[in-house]
Amino acid sequence: MHTRRSFLQLAAGAGLSAGMLAPGWLPRAALAADSRPVFDTTAIADALAALGAKDAKPSTEIAFKAPDIAENGAVVPLEIESKLPNTRAIAILVEKNPHVMTAQFKFPDGTDPYVSTRVKVAESSVIHAVVTTDAGAFYTTKTVKVTLGGCGG
Amino acid sequence: MSDPMRIRAVLTGDKVDVKILMGHVMETGQRKDADGNVVPAHYIVKVTASCNGREVLDADWGPSVSKNPYLAFRFKGAAKGDKLKVTWTDTAGESRSDEVAIA
Repeated sequence: MHTRRSFLQLAAGAGLSAGMLAPGWLPRAALAADSRPVFDTTAIADALAALGAKDAKPSTEIAFKAPDIAENGAVVPLEIESKLPNTRAIAILVEKNPHVMTAQFKFPDGTDPYVSTRVKVAESSVIHAVVTTDAGAFYTTKTVKVTLGGCGG
Repeated sequence: MSDPMRIRAVLTGDKVDVKILMGHVMETGQRKDADGNVVPAHYIVKVTASCNGREVLDADWGPSVSKNPYLAFRFKGAAKGDKLKVTWTDTAGESRSDEVAIA
């Protein structure tokens, strides 16, 4: 239990300093591993609720490129492009990771609803791409099989 | 302290293609070192990009973005020579900004 306690203290310290830098998006008193509610979720349903995307509908208008088999789970390249009108944000959620919420990208007017990045996938998992539009939330999924875990890096 | 980002921003047609490589450990806080001690979490939580003072991307990250993160996106409304500025902030409150001219 000692390690957990010192970890929590550390996280609280980090949250505090970041909170002073940018008040508003990081509540300073939170004792969670990550003080942003959506990043502290461990289940897809909770993460969707925190994103305001609880009623997300499946969509075929989201192009989601990911490898079927990833040899190295520490570096899994993903590419997501939304063809839905008025796309405001794209979020990436990895179902089997300790914390499912991986990243959210928000697109101001003039920026394409497209993103390419690399993520860690702890074990073979379904990855959700959740798109927020003016007409609600939509998602598509892809299963990535990992032959080597993502915890090493 | 932290390594400079490698940023490439190229105007193709009416859009700017941006590719960024950041130097960061992206420690999840789940990993243990050789002695069995938990390596404390240390990862980027926020990435923003702006062009001529106009915000073009706003990203919130968690610990599962890969070490030495890669990020690509595209935006409209910029000309060759315009300055693109990218900034990240991590869990330790450290931050770094780098700027390139659009090619």
